[in-house]
Amino acid sequence: MLQNKDKIFNNIFGFQSNKLSHALKRGDWDKTKKILSLDHDVIIEKIKKSGLRGRGGAGFSTGLKWSFMPKTLGERPHYLVVNADESEPGTCKDRDIIRHEPHKLIEGCLIASYAMRAHKCYIYIRGEFANEAKILQSAIDEAYENKLIGNNACKSGWDFDLYLHRGAGAYICGEETALLESLEGKKGQPRLKPPFPAGVGLYGCPTTVNNVESIAVVPTILRRGENWFSKLGKENNTGTKLFCISGHVNKPCNVEEEMGIPLRELIEKHAGGVIGGWNNLLAIIPGGSSTPMLPKQICDTITMDFDSLKNAGTGLGTAGVIVMDKTTDIVEAIVRLAFFYKHESCGQCTPCREGTGWMWRLLKKIASKDASPRDIDNLLELTKQVEGHTICALGDAAAWPIQGLFKNFRDEIEMGLKLKKIAAE
Amino acid sequence: MDELRNINIIIDGIEISVPQGSTVLQACEAAGAEIPRFCYHEKLSVAGNCRMCLVEMERSPKPIASCAMPASDGMIIKTSSEMVEKARKGVMEFLLINHPLDCPICDQGGECDLQDQALYFGKGETRFENSKRAVSDKNMGPLIKTTMTRCIHCTRCVRFANEVAGVEDLGATGRGENVEISTYLEKAVTSELSGNLVDLCPVGALTSKPYQFVARPWELTKTESVDVMDAIGSNIRIDSRDGKVLRILPKNNESINEEWISDKSRYAIDGLSKQRLDTPFVKINNKLQRVSWDEAFEVINSKISKISNENCVGVVGNQVENEAIFAFRELFKKLNLNKILPFQKKLSFSKENRANYLFNSKIEGLDKCDYLLLIGANPRVDSAILNARIRKNYIHRDLKISSIASQPFDLKFNYEYLGCDVKILTSILEKKHKISNDFEKANFPMIIIGDEVLQNDCSLDVQKVSTSILKKFGGFNKNWNGFNILHNYASTVGAIDILSEYSDYDYSALKNDINKNLIKFVYLLNADDFDFDISNCFVIYQGHHGDKGAQLADVILPGAAYTEKEGSYTNLEGRVQYSQRAIFPPGDAKEDWTILRALSEKLGKKLDFDNLLQLRKIMFSSKTMLKFDENIYSSEPKIITKSDFKSSKLNYENKNFFMTCPISRCSSTMAECSQVNG
Repeated sequence: MLQNKDKIFNNIFGFQSNKLSHALKRGDWDKTKKILSLDHDVIIEKIKKSGLRGRGGAGFSTGLKWSFMPKTLGERPHYLVVNADESEPGTCKDRDIIRHEPHKLIEGCLIASYAMRAHKCYIYIRGEFANEAKILQSAIDEAYENKLIGNNACKSGWDFDLYLHRGAGAYICGEETALLESLEGKKGQPRLKPPFPAGVGLYGCPTTVNNVESIAVVPTILRRGENWFSKLGKENNTGTKLFCISGHVNKPCNVEEEMGIPLRELIEKHAGGVIGGWNNLLAIIPGGSSTPMLPKQICDTITMDFDSLKNAGTGLGTAGVIVMDKTTDIVEAIVRLAFFYKHESCGQCTPCREGTGWMWRLLKKIASKDASPRDIDNLLELTKQVEGHTICALGDAAAWPIQGLFKNFRDEIEMGLKLKKIAAE
Repeated sequence: MDELRNINIIIDGIEISVPQGSTVLQACEAAGAEIPRFCYHEKLSVAGNCRMCLVEMERSPKPIASCAMPASDGMIIKTSSEMVEKARKGVMEFLLINHPLDCPICDQGGECDLQDQALYFGKGETRFENSKRAVSDKNMGPLIKTTMTRCIHCTRCVRFANEVAGVEDLGATGRGENVEISTYLEKAVTSELSGNLVDLCPVGALTSKPYQFVARPWELTKTESVDVMDAIGSNIRIDSRDGKVLRILPKNNESINEEWISDKSRYAIDGLSKQRLDTPFVKINNKLQRVSWDEAFEVINSKISKISNENCVGVVGNQVENEAIFAFRELFKKLNLNKILPFQKKLSFSKENRANYLFNSKIEGLDKCDYLLLIGANPRVDSAILNARIRKNYIHRDLKISSIASQPFDLKFNYEYLGCDVKILTSILEKKHKISNDFEKANFPMIIIGDEVLQNDCSLDVQKVSTSILKKFGGFNKNWNGFNILHNYASTVGAIDILSEYSDYDYSALKNDINKNLIKFVYLLNADDFDFDISNCFVIYQGHHGDKGAQLADVILPGAAYTEKEGSYTNLEGRVQYSQRAIFPPGDAKEDWTILRALSEKLGKKLDFDNLLQLRKIMFSSKTMLKFDENIYSSEPKIITKSDFKSSKLNYENKNFFMTCPISRCSSTMAECSQVNG
């Protein structure tokens, strides 16, 4: 279990104020100038060495991503864009960072922008986060007032401007290129890659899009040293991570833990255990709604990190742990997720536009038990037709929960269909 | 230099070399592998949304969209592997689940991309059991019929409207399966190029309203020809059946119209079957009476012998082919008449040198040009295709454009408006104006002189100063000629070419003659926009429509419209193009040169040719400039004038794009368009 001294987000529960004065007491903005006196590439190298992997879901090395930015500032400005469009069902970590630790994020924006030679940074915040946007804006104002950001930020000589942009409430705008489109004032639809944002991003300029958590941990890593961070967690899955535990647990919560913590320990220590005890567990979605679910027997032993979850056929994603006990109608639960993806598909490319609705309808049919095993085969084939054929990952995200459902519960579901048929006869 | 480098890529085991910057799809095509596609279109930006063009790339776990992936050295692509087949079948199934099975009542049937590709790449059966999506139809004006349930959301129409036409009327609203292509405000697409949306739509969502339920593509006779609605000479395909032109489609010609045509070229054709002159008429007792050809010729013969030569004038109309103009000239020559007006409007050129009155940079030059000054030109109305070409350069290469005109026209691209006074040109020449710098910086500067100047008294002055400006700023060299006249009518250049060495009669001379009451006999060759009072004269009208010209006539000789005859037209670049006959003229109407030939015999001055071939032979031997040489830029214009700018303010003339000739004036489709857009 993570010791208190190793926690990055000391105020994630919001017991203290989120104002600058309190943030300073917690160690934020401490010797930022010294960090900014390091060379750009030294910072990137340190982040690389820390082993920090992107906290937005894909788990790509943050330092490596930063290193894709051009090494010199050419005619086109560089941009850092922070993705605060946290909309993945089951995930609410960024919201609490913004609510209770906004200065960690702002300081991270400054340092990351400096590392990537960006003078401007945009935070794209989810439209529904009305209060959070207010809090963050007042924190940004505080930082400006205290000359922590702005021209000659922290007296480092680096000019830095930070803008907050509110989205209009679309899940797809959390996809980095759709986010850039939306930020430019266009319809939020993902762009084709290549070109990647590091080459052609916001307004056609080199851009890096990072998750809130990835940016917010950067100042602490640099203050306490990359070795401190890389010693936490497991090899290749280093550091700490915010886990969001929701669903059938006694005390749903956001909690910071070491990477690689056993799932059972995470739930029992921090969330008060599964309602009705561990044996009442049916399945867990480990990383936000788009990751395939895990049945109880795997949950017993699995550890929460990118690689072991990947090996188990799912992913750490955003670490939004959704716990479902045996009272859950598991098919209905996934029907709801399928509806979510149908509703949030941007409609740009064919497989996702047409496939998400079809998958939802077919799954609904199966949930009503008015279906045949052949429908299940068709549905699984549909998920394969969508997965990997779309412009962005929303198609994959819509397909995986359904694949996970039938991978683990096909026998039970087919039995249900048979029973219904027999009863009808 | 980099652009010239080639890259090697292996497609289905065949190594092929393609220019850098090509996409995988283009490379596949070069290798002869057919890639199905819906959203991809060469002339539009890449959307990559239909996902039909997925191919397998080595070391990529997922299939890639070949239309969007730049080809790079050493790529290994498979276009017919199991992964690709599966992807195509899957995408096709998705496209079809919500596409109605109404091919039998769909106008796109038989020329539908979805139909064709479903046949080759689709599955034979469906697994979809739900109801299909229904989408309400949208109003897109009098030309485009919508059946939005058929839409597959390829967004070609949206991209065309935004990129080529420059109107932001179209877009996609909603998301997911509720995405709908619409005009937001249920209004007509306000573009002169909107008909091209119909061609671009790969399915039957956007079809041609005037052509709805008219014919199936396999029933049509297809004739490749040339358009005469403006001076561009767009290449077209005339589709006809049972002696009637049913529709006109663009034919690809990169040098002229690329693959677009204007709405007037496409949709004015219903005018071809209205108010046609199908028999000769003679005015007897102040009333036009049907007569035979012989009777009509007899009336002319008896009249012309009584009138002295200097009292006769011939007027060439706006859509006359070179052959008829030539025959007209030869007839006048034989009759010893020398007053032929090559065009009906007051347009001033100096005709000594061909460069004086041509679009010397060529239409393709618009892609190359890096600074453009429009003087008195409204290309959007005068030649919509050319305007789109300017916009193309503006979009892709950020072309800087300035305009001197009576008013700041809405040209669908941004430009700097310099006012309506052409005296500004003198200060540009003297480097006293800020746009002198733009000229100085440009390697390929271009000046386009339009109607407002040509009709103005300052025309020659403007042409002369423009020549001097271009000369000063490098607008003439062996690779470039930046001096351009924007003509409005299909026959203007041909008429000047053919008539300039025969007669220097012009508008002001005619005005003089009419004021002196010298004109007694007028021969209108397809001339319908003749604005002099000739009520006292004996008037022959030779043409195809009972339009303005015929109303003035004492004798009417029915001719053939452009779809009904073989002919050559010289476009504004000086390019000679040949039209083909798609159908026969109605009733007793004849091709124009044959009428002139028959009349000449009747008048006892038989012309020296008996068929079109002989006519052309004589025409080309006497007028070498009718041959277009693409490689050599014409010499510099030489304009002789005092350049004192007696008048220098340009005047606005209200023009209706949709009604500029007898055919379009008779077209009810054009009338509707002009009502909607006016």
